[in-house]
Amino acid sequence: MDSQAQITASAKSLKKNDYINLFFLMVFGFIVTPMIVTSDYWYTSILIPWLCLSLATIGQQIVMGYTGQLSLGAAGFMAAGAFACYNLILRVEGLPFFGALIISGLIAAAIGIVFGLPSLRVRGLYLMVATLASQFFIIWVIDKFGWFKNYDSSGIITAQDIVIFDRAYTSPMDMYLVVLFVVVILTILAMNMARGSTGRNWMAVRDMDVAAESMGVSLLKTKLQAFAISSFYCGVAGALFAFTYLKSLEPVAFDIKLSFKILFMVILGGLGTINGAFIGAAFILLFPVLLNTIGNNVFHGAIDATIISALEQVVFGVLMIVFMIYEPLGMAKLWENLKTRIKSRFSKD
Amino acid sequence: MIKIRGKKMLKNVYKRLVSSFVILGSFLALFAIPQHAYSEESQYFPIASSRVGPYSAMGTGYYGAQIDYMNYVNMNGGVNGVMLTWQECETEYNAVKTVECYQRLLEKDGQRIVVFDTLGTPGAYAVINRMAEDNVVLAQYGYGRTDGADGRVWPWVFNAASHYWSQIAVKLKFMAEIEGGIDKMAGKKIVHLHIDSAYGREPLPAMRKICEDWGVELIEISIPPPGLEQQSQWLQIRREDPDWVTFWGAGSGMNSTAMTNAARVGFPRERMMYVTFGAAEEDMYPAGDSAVGTYAVANALPGDEFPLVAAIKEQVYGSGKGNLADDSRVGSVYWNRGLGAAVMWIEALRIAQEMHGKVGKAVTGAEFRDGYESLNMSNERLGEIGIEGMVAPFSISCENHEGAGKFAVMQWDGEKFNQVTDWEEPLDPAFIRSLVENSAAKFAEENNITPKDCNA
Repeated sequence: MDSQAQITASAKSLKKNDYINLFFLMVFGFIVTPMIVTSDYWYTSILIPWLCLSLATIGQQIVMGYTGQLSLGAAGFMAAGAFACYNLILRVEGLPFFGALIISGLIAAAIGIVFGLPSLRVRGLYLMVATLASQFFIIWVIDKFGWFKNYDSSGIITAQDIVIFDRAYTSPMDMYLVVLFVVVILTILAMNMARGSTGRNWMAVRDMDVAAESMGVSLLKTKLQAFAISSFYCGVAGALFAFTYLKSLEPVAFDIKLSFKILFMVILGGLGTINGAFIGAAFILLFPVLLNTIGNNVFHGAIDATIISALEQVVFGVLMIVFMIYEPLGMAKLWENLKTRIKSRFSKD
Repeated sequence: MIKIRGKKMLKNVYKRLVSSFVILGSFLALFAIPQHAYSEESQYFPIASSRVGPYSAMGTGYYGAQIDYMNYVNMNGGVNGVMLTWQECETEYNAVKTVECYQRLLEKDGQRIVVFDTLGTPGAYAVINRMAEDNVVLAQYGYGRTDGADGRVWPWVFNAASHYWSQIAVKLKFMAEIEGGIDKMAGKKIVHLHIDSAYGREPLPAMRKICEDWGVELIEISIPPPGLEQQSQWLQIRREDPDWVTFWGAGSGMNSTAMTNAARVGFPRERMMYVTFGAAEEDMYPAGDSAVGTYAVANALPGDEFPLVAAIKEQVYGSGKGNLADDSRVGSVYWNRGLGAAVMWIEALRIAQEMHGKVGKAVTGAEFRDGYESLNMSNERLGEIGIEGMVAPFSISCENHEGAGKFAVMQWDGEKFNQVTDWEEPLDPAFIRSLVENSAAKFAEENNITPKDCNA
């Protein structure tokens, strides 16, 4: 009872702050960023992939961080979403982009339910192996049947332009805004789901599924729901990733490495947190870019380029280990700690 | 007690804050260091290298040669006085990272790249649609999108020297010669063993058509990347018992694994034809004796006896500015291929300067494209540059972006490649060309592109 009261109290006290934070973030994302960022590189290579992968990480977060089901196939669902979106726009006349995006998310969700079925029987690492099948199966199907690629001989196809209300969104900033819009809506939805009864069911299943079941939480419904929503997020993220970042569709881009990356983003960012998804995605995606830039700008010519390239990977690996040792709860926890400490400092005086 | 702990915690917070600001500050300081400023005119080139991972042998050799050649040109006064600058970015032969690298390398000090070279079909496909918009030439040196050879649909894409469809046609022609003529090919069986990617599938449209015409049974077997596990595929090959295997792999690991597996199932290496991206010393050495007898084709022959190769070895490596740690790789297949590509860039730059009255000045992407399209590498010109015989003589035109379309067959003897044939073209180049044009026309129709009129 006591903790329940606390949760409601904190939820209430958070609410006002949340709206203010949200407002400032929105202003920053939609108005300030387009005003101060002029370089295409920042939009196309940093912001857009970061937002897309953050969305996929939220999907992975729901199934892994909130529901506690170890799954490894996020990239497969991304591929499903991307190719679904391509085919919908290609084959369905007059379908608006957001319509195609939602339907491709739903298609990915349907596939997610099928591959979530093993979670009712196996758990832990065994489930991870079982869901691994989705990764390979989806990519294989897309490769095997030419219909998905509109019988393109090379297997890599060009993504269509994003057209919303007869206006083509093709410039990097336009596409950034489209991606940001989708990510904001889905993030708010995810936060509300995680905070509401849905999220509490997920966490009950995560913390002790037997107890959850005896309290009337349906394991079947909760687990499959988590898989479906997770795949929906991944599917939408995949479609956005292909249409705004890669601008081409290629199954190889959604390989097992990407699944692992998304998994690392969840773990490093912090299990069971939404902001951890964004922090983790930023770290995994942007840190190698930063290292590579530094390596090429600073040590250019001084050290053998091959050694620089190898060193970057070593440094990145070491950093990951260091973070895991010092903050096993992820970077979101680090951020949280810092916030509370500063807050307590001000409130005390 | 609580207060003390609180203070300690605060101290920690400050410590962390300070240290993170120091780190952040030093990063920013690194970026603030001004780039080396060039007082003279310069032309900027991107090096989207792949030096780590399974494809490192390819990336280090190929991009090493490009940097070596640019150093060599700079040491000898640049291109009419225009100095060459470049910046490197690591792609790991990964399409997603290639896109990021392309964006990062696109501009430097206000100058835009004029050419981009991904050394990988997946990477090339990932950036190919940005070329026309950004005014950048996509130079696919013997890889990449095959129908880019149709310059009317793809004005910014080139695949000189010679694309995969010509390559597979040359291979089939070589097989037919050994079997004793095309009429003897009917009823034969060929396995196309390929890495499961766009690159592995790229030759298939041409290969399927030719095999059908000749009455050859074609069996396609794919290997998932990175291809170090090929047991089941080779067992299948043993069951099928084909007459030939055309191997389309990538990376030294995959390429050498195929030969050791072939040895294990007793498939004769003299019946295996390797793709250009498996036809290097680094791909053969790891397989040891199992590699002896393997055929491969080249669009740039190995060897350090070519005058330009010797000059670079002497001047660049002599002064300690060589890019390769191991200078014995100068003159190897991948290094020479990179040299061939870099020679084309610089030659195109020279022509572009002359065409547009910009001798001694930097050129734009559009001017560079015109220069690239006017390349005419006759044997005399290749001789002047010092690589006569290393590559087949070729010229590029508005319609034809493929160049020579010729390959030389080589055979590995355990230590080096021996050239078996001269520069060979497909039996029916017009047929290959018609495939290219059909494919390009299909692409143009799907994407509402009006092909350029080359006679205008």
